[in-house]
Amino acid sequence: MSLVTQGANLARPGIAQPRIEPSRAEVGDFVALLKPRVMSLVVFTALVGLIVAPGHLHPVLGFVALLCIAVGAGAAGALNMWYDADIDAVMTRTASRPIPAGRVTRGEALGFGMTLAVGSVAVLGLATNWLAAGLLAFTIFFYVAIYTMWLKRSTPQNIVIGGAAGAFPPMIGWAAATGGIGAEAVILFLIIFFWTPPHFWALSLWRADDYARAGVPMLPVVCGRAETRRQILIYSLMLAPLGIAPWLAGYAGALYGAVAIVAGAVIVALALQVMRERELVAAKRLFAFSILYLFMLFAVLLADDRLSHLLGRTV
Amino acid sequence: MTAVAHDDENGIVLTEEQKRRQRKRSVAIALVLAGLMLLFFVLTIVKFGAGNLGLPAQPGVTQQGR
Repeated sequence: MSLVTQGANLARPGIAQPRIEPSRAEVGDFVALLKPRVMSLVVFTALVGLIVAPGHLHPVLGFVALLCIAVGAGAAGALNMWYDADIDAVMTRTASRPIPAGRVTRGEALGFGMTLAVGSVAVLGLATNWLAAGLLAFTIFFYVAIYTMWLKRSTPQNIVIGGAAGAFPPMIGWAAATGGIGAEAVILFLIIFFWTPPHFWALSLWRADDYARAGVPMLPVVCGRAETRRQILIYSLMLAPLGIAPWLAGYAGALYGAVAIVAGAVIVALALQVMRERELVAAKRLFAFSILYLFMLFAVLLADDRLSHLLGRTV
Repeated sequence: MTAVAHDDENGIVLTEEQKRRQRKRSVAIALVLAGLMLLFFVLTIVKFGAGNLGLPAQPGVTQQGR
């Protein structure tokens, strides 16, 4: 018996029943709930954490770990869309998402997100270890409860603290491979943590009106664009040396060091440009490069690690 | 947006578009379930393989001896 039929049988004469409507969702709408673009960066950084970690993990278990981290990140995205449907409906950038567009109900998104969250954590724990599973559970909780439900609507520091959620994936990958948390994993966490503010504040500089209309206290809305530019520069100045840290600490080779120095110099130069030029095009340039910056650092770290393994074996 | 037809005799009557979407969702769920089944099977085989259960090594006991 279908749920719809059960609902119809429960109807009592004289009492108005809410009309039960069949779902309008396409499969693609559920995929959109997972925020695939965010997921791709999460998977990539987790993959790097998993591979550069000193432990050995069976390739199948490594694949399952990455799948669980991806699904867990998607679950957090779905739960974020469930809670933020009111904000998403007001903002131009998010108005076409499945819930505000009316294709998926909030209940569907909540059920979908919770199922994936519980499933991904349980499978990760069974496939690898419970430290990695615990970190994944904490990441989902942090993104949904701490960032989405609390910080996003209450403080201009929302993305600074909330950025921790996006910084955990390499640490989860590391924990999946080793069963522990190493200093290198903490450095990778810090790189993403300090990368988040300049990245999102650059975006918010040209989306400030959108955030203001939705009542989201982003930094440019609360403290103005000038203060946001200053904060972008401060965080970029902290990010550049952190990017070099894996090389300075001896975890990465000269190739990584060279790329991190050049990329760090470019991101600081772009942040200075944002500060001086006050044109939105400078902010857009910084936003675009920040994505390339993070991808490049992690890609070179991965290449450097594989290269040193290869050379180490042949010597 | 599609309207929902309803009559007391037949309950909710789905339009062709709604039926198409429901069918696609059902196929997607079936594929996910089949994928999970395969995943759990492979995972079990790998976990029972040498050194993947995370159990402490027992001195003097070889894999064949167990």
